[in-house]
Amino acid sequence: MDHRPQAWGRPRDDVYGAYDGSYLNNSGPRTVTQSPVVTGTSVIAIKFKDGIVMAADNLASYGSLARFTDVKRLRTFLGTTVIGFGGDVSDMQFLDRHLEELAVDESYEAEPTIDEDDQEAKKASQLNAGNIYRYLQKLMYQRRNSFDPLWNHILVAGFDSASKPLLGSVDLRGTSFTSPSLATGFGAALAQPIMRKYAATEEDAAKLTREQAVGVIKECMKVLFYRDARSLDRYSIAIVTKDGIELKEDEQLEKQSWAFAERIKGYGTQTV
Amino acid sequence: MAMFSQNPLLNGPNYSFSEAPKFNAPEGAREHRFDPYTDNGGSTLAIAGADFTIMAGDTRLTSGYSINSRFHPKVFKIGGTTSDQKDATLVLSVVGFAADGEALKERLDAICKMYRYRHGKPMSVKACAQRLSTILYQKRFFPYYAYAILGGLDEEGKGAVYSYDPVGSYEREQCRAGGAAASLIMPFLDNQVNFKNQFIPGSGEGHALQERERRPLSRQEVETLVKDAFDGAVERHIEVGDGLQMMIITKEGIEEVVLPLKKD
Repeated sequence: MDHRPQAWGRPRDDVYGAYDGSYLNNSGPRTVTQSPVVTGTSVIAIKFKDGIVMAADNLASYGSLARFTDVKRLRTFLGTTVIGFGGDVSDMQFLDRHLEELAVDESYEAEPTIDEDDQEAKKASQLNAGNIYRYLQKLMYQRRNSFDPLWNHILVAGFDSASKPLLGSVDLRGTSFTSPSLATGFGAALAQPIMRKYAATEEDAAKLTREQAVGVIKECMKVLFYRDARSLDRYSIAIVTKDGIELKEDEQLEKQSWAFAERIKGYGTQTV
Repeated sequence: MAMFSQNPLLNGPNYSFSEAPKFNAPEGAREHRFDPYTDNGGSTLAIAGADFTIMAGDTRLTSGYSINSRFHPKVFKIGGTTSDQKDATLVLSVVGFAADGEALKERLDAICKMYRYRHGKPMSVKACAQRLSTILYQKRFFPYYAYAILGGLDEEGKGAVYSYDPVGSYEREQCRAGGAAASLIMPFLDNQVNFKNQFIPGSGEGHALQERERRPLSRQEVETLVKDAFDGAVERHIEVGDGLQMMIITKEGIEEVVLPLKKD
């Protein structure tokens, strides 16, 4: 006989197990914490004298599986800004949709006093890369504050309000920074040292020609393909200048040389 | 609860919802769990003089062993009437988690601006210092992971430095180092600014030794101390380097200087 009145009329623990009150647990923070599922690897970018070159390969991995091999991870905004996404692909698509909506709203709310043919004035009234960089930083920081982060590391390239080239980075915690060259993920370890050889400072970057910058980026994409197991030899490359964006989304790595692979010894199934 | 059951032999689980066992612990360790904080390294330093204050910080931004940026300022003018901060009177330095530091800086800047618009005068360091403490404490249970130092000139025109911990404890001091190399710089400052462990030679034996008398340092001396402190920190701490940003606050306004540091 259980003498405790508070136990009377309730299912017995020794028969039914302890009561599962977990669904009543409405105290504490809402936990929507996720983890990345389908992911894109590095995005790299470097400034040159009249703009920025950015590149990312076309692969979306599912863990170690090369799941989607034709994913465009460089997106454009209003034909003036390029945004490169590393990290979760569905979060990238969410952000892209969000920015697309923003671009449409902006186009409708363009200042009516501005002459439609005056391209300069029209451009000045639109959101520029500086605005987008700041907007994405606020968005990512707000999401980290609500413990519901967008699992991306983003590079933004374009021109700021003073018409100066801008290259910025925002990560899933809302940390944002600028630099003459930037790389996300593996690129930070493999590509950044190569890019810094050519553009250590803003002054060095301002001396680089477009051809040199594209050359450096292509070289870096090759190094990344050699050593990053979650990468692909098909990639997108975008060149942002004052005249607009040149975006090529189906480039193939050129002049690969795997001769070095022969000399690698010490792991795998080799016996010598 | 069990003490009220009056039956020590049957002290099993009680039938209270609040005590019901919970089964919402994650099964095994998950590969990724979101950690909202990181440490972006870097170091800051502030020294108050008789009629000036010098605020300084390195410009490196790191994450782990990577250098994210070689120029990411940690020292900011606060509370000017416009965004160029030309007529600002206060300087804030933040170090720790960069995103929180930035958010904190922007909150304080907005508050100082509102004060200026409403009252037609800039906020005093004392008032701003108290407000900053309140802002930090408001986020006591999800803190801004940032070590802030606020500098300016007080009502008498003397240099003022207020230093904070991430949850808003604060204190006015003569000098303070913050961030990654704080533990390297602070003892140097104790010795060089507050003359700690400096005694007058031949003034006695043991406890009878007389301490060297404190005197206010000149601006030139303080600038040299700041440079030396950072050169030392750069040698011994990997998260410090690239550039040294200094803001010198005098009654004439705020001067900004950026000097090179080792980039290794």
